[in-house]
Amino acid sequence: MTGLIPIRVSVNGRPRELAVAAHHTLLDALRDDLGLTGTKECCLVGECGACTVILNGRSVDSCLVLAAEADGGTVLTVEGLAAQGRLSALQQAFLDTGAAQCGFCIPGQLLAAHALLGLTPHPDRAQVEEGLAGNLCRCAGYEQIIEAVLRAAGAPPSAAASVEDGAGQRSRPDPAATPDATVAPQ
Amino acid sequence: MNGPVGTSPARGGGPDRVTGRQAYVADIHLEDVLHVKLVTLPCARARILGLDPAAALQLPGVRLVFSAADLPQPVPRFGPQLRDRPVLAVGETKYHGDPVAAVAAETLDAAEAGAAAVRVAYEELPAVTSILAALDPTAPLVQDPALRPGDPLAGGNVLREHRYGWGDLAAAEAQAEVVVEGAYTFPMVTQFAIEPHAFMAAPDGDGVTIWSSIQHPNWLQRVIASLLELPLAKVRVIAPDPGGAFGGKQHAKYEPLLAFMARRTGRPVRLVLTLEETFQAVRRGASEVHVRSGFRRDGALVFRDIKADYLIGAYADIADRTVAKGSYTSAGPYRVPAVRIVARSVLSHTVPSTAFRGFGNPQQIWAGESNMDEAARTLGLDPLDVRLRNLAAPGEAFIPGDTPADGSWAETVERAAEMIGWRTAAAPGRGRGLAVGLKEGPTTGLSYSIVRLLADGSVVVYAGTSDMGQGARTIFAQIAAQELGAPMEAVTVVMGDTAVVPYDQQTSASRSSVLMGNAVLLACRDIQSRLRAMAARLEGVDESAVIVDQGSVVIGERRWPVGEVLARGLGRLGGELIGVGEMRKEALPDHPLGGTAAFYEFNCTAVEVEVDRATGDIVIVRHVTVSDVGKALNPNQVRGQDEGAAIMGLGHTLMEHYILDDAGRIRNLGAIDYRIPTSMDLPLAMESAVVENGDGPGPYGAKGMSEGALLPIAPAVAAAVRAATGVVIRDLPLTPEAVWRALQEAAGPPGRDEVPAG
Repeated sequence: MTGLIPIRVSVNGRPRELAVAAHHTLLDALRDDLGLTGTKECCLVGECGACTVILNGRSVDSCLVLAAEADGGTVLTVEGLAAQGRLSALQQAFLDTGAAQCGFCIPGQLLAAHALLGLTPHPDRAQVEEGLAGNLCRCAGYEQIIEAVLRAAGAPPSAAASVEDGAGQRSRPDPAATPDATVAPQ
Repeated sequence: MNGPVGTSPARGGGPDRVTGRQAYVADIHLEDVLHVKLVTLPCARARILGLDPAAALQLPGVRLVFSAADLPQPVPRFGPQLRDRPVLAVGETKYHGDPVAAVAAETLDAAEAGAAAVRVAYEELPAVTSILAALDPTAPLVQDPALRPGDPLAGGNVLREHRYGWGDLAAAEAQAEVVVEGAYTFPMVTQFAIEPHAFMAAPDGDGVTIWSSIQHPNWLQRVIASLLELPLAKVRVIAPDPGGAFGGKQHAKYEPLLAFMARRTGRPVRLVLTLEETFQAVRRGASEVHVRSGFRRDGALVFRDIKADYLIGAYADIADRTVAKGSYTSAGPYRVPAVRIVARSVLSHTVPSTAFRGFGNPQQIWAGESNMDEAARTLGLDPLDVRLRNLAAPGEAFIPGDTPADGSWAETVERAAEMIGWRTAAAPGRGRGLAVGLKEGPTTGLSYSIVRLLADGSVVVYAGTSDMGQGARTIFAQIAAQELGAPMEAVTVVMGDTAVVPYDQQTSASRSSVLMGNAVLLACRDIQSRLRAMAARLEGVDESAVIVDQGSVVIGERRWPVGEVLARGLGRLGGELIGVGEMRKEALPDHPLGGTAAFYEFNCTAVEVEVDRATGDIVIVRHVTVSDVGKALNPNQVRGQDEGAAIMGLGHTLMEHYILDDAGRIRNLGAIDYRIPTSMDLPLAMESAVVENGDGPGPYGAKGMSEGALLPIAPAVAAAVRAATGVVIRDLPLTPEAVWRALQEAAGPPGRDEVPAG
């Protein structure tokens, strides 16, 4: 626990310099050193996905990455999703479908979905299920989370209408729609 | 109805939830805070022989090693049913995870190192961790009989026995043409909120402030005030929205410990449990339920005779109430002439069980509805017809002395049957199952709300409900917007701070839309009456001539927006109108549960499954869940609660269970070895629907609805497995291994040709 390691990371587009303990995780650094508490802590063994962030373009469980390993890297957290205070298509879709219930898993779900859409801009339902398989939601709002991701993939943000009934029609991605730049990985 | 009620506006708190701004307890930073780590022993039960803090105290950053000896003597105890849980273990630990001490340090690292360095001398003692072992007359006593003076049961491990019933059982037994019986077990499972429990405490002048992810802040306030001998007004509980609770955050756990540690150190202290520690803090009661039901050949129920043992933990918590309430309705939503129910809470050296969505009912419904399915098969009748034949009709007093059936339950069942296509044949290899679930709503209640109509027509609602994901914040805003004509964007709902928000008894039993919802409605009506008086004064008419119609004040043919009347009425100094609402559900001392049901939750679930005979894996091809909600105040949130409850229920149905070793230790602590449903475990198709007849006691005819869809899922799936394979399984969860074994057993011993060579 002695000896701090200096690291430089870009977090949500902002360069940061930190001195981290060798055993501290990226999750620790984000939450405790940078005060970015949007990234959540739950299982600490890489099973629940609550701490998911994007590191160098890939989604990772930040509880399984040592902070020192992130040196020189680029990190995107939930706080960085809304550019200039405008919700991303994914965030808006999560709101519109009612995907966020207690909300605790939602930052991780959003980042996992963000990574998925970066790799697969127009996923089908099965691909979304698999892409979010590492993110537990105990409110079990999976149906609405999956709908939100499909909606964000299939429609530009302005077309995301609010849900006015609970009929729960599954939206399907529109392959002709233009990918939304805000959902590409950084 | 115009206005937001019955539509699905964006969730209150939604933007904060998708941007990471939502501050849960662990996200709140207190200056000068000390981090706390619990010291526990690696066995279920031990005699504490000594505790040496010296090595821990020598570590850098460690400020305090706190044990029972540091507490007032005798060590204070607390608990919602019985004051049996000590703030820290006294003399003996009683379950795997029962803390003997706590370390406070400048950093979490130091606290963890300190906790590991505390030397505890202990002697492991024999533990009882099953119903059978706990009921053995020679079993060690879990609870000190001195805690239950005058209780004839105190000499054994049965905490309480509950007996309910009606009719003449002996006479009914003589009339029964077919009797069907079986015993069904339900495992220990845990709430597994993704937000682990988090607690903070800080000295606050001559009082204390507590932060907790608690469902019942006002109850916690009473507990802390009592333990610290402080006036209620000197205990402030700040309760940010919990990140999931599901019953597991109803009652005090480590807040009392932190309050004492904050007073001792004079500094804020903070304890965030690990997920593993939450497994050792909360769980659902395991059970063994024996059901014997008598029928006439036409399928009419003649009697039900139910014996249930629930394995609760080492301290009572609210577990015995789950046993009482879950068993009271265990004869089901049926017309049954004679009923006998005996239910026991059995103490054990295991994690104290507590409230968990469904509150004692899923265990009984697993048994009772599986029994109905087996009965239908024995009688040669359709399981749907057997349900419909016996369901209580609207208004029927199906439990003598309690609230009559408050819904058209047959409509719910028929809707589910229609949606799954019950009357058509399932595809070859598939099976369908159907079950119903009934749960008694709250039996008592007290909720206050204050609503302020500000000078510009915007609204602030104060409500002591905890919004743990069910969306209470949205519902209360909808009600206020509806009644006062404000746009949703102009309504703020304030919750979670006992220094600011008036009293609410609790957030449980799916009560809040009904009880707090009514309080909010009454507060709005209070404002409406003030508006009427204001308009009458301004216009020089009698109050009775004024109508407040949502956003308008109406006198005869004339109509003004509320804001205009307010501006004129309040005058140059401005100000506001303040409304108070109080909603009571009174206790009935002579009632077996202390009060009648405010409403019933009723759900019918139907599923179609395929079973992989080679692996025992169950694939849920279709899952239909229909709830009688009275009125869906927010259909999208109703859907979220229904589908969420259904999928959560798939957890205890298919995969979740604690595994204990011989020493009573939980072997599958944490997310790797204890699986809950993921996005890969969903039914291939999920369809939810609601029945809305406006027949609930809540605002606009609503009923509570957040638990219903979890209640009957296990018996529905098991019935479908039976229909698909012919195999009856009476023990949860229906893991692939359990299903495979049952299939092997049903097939009989392998023939000679099937015996592997070598």
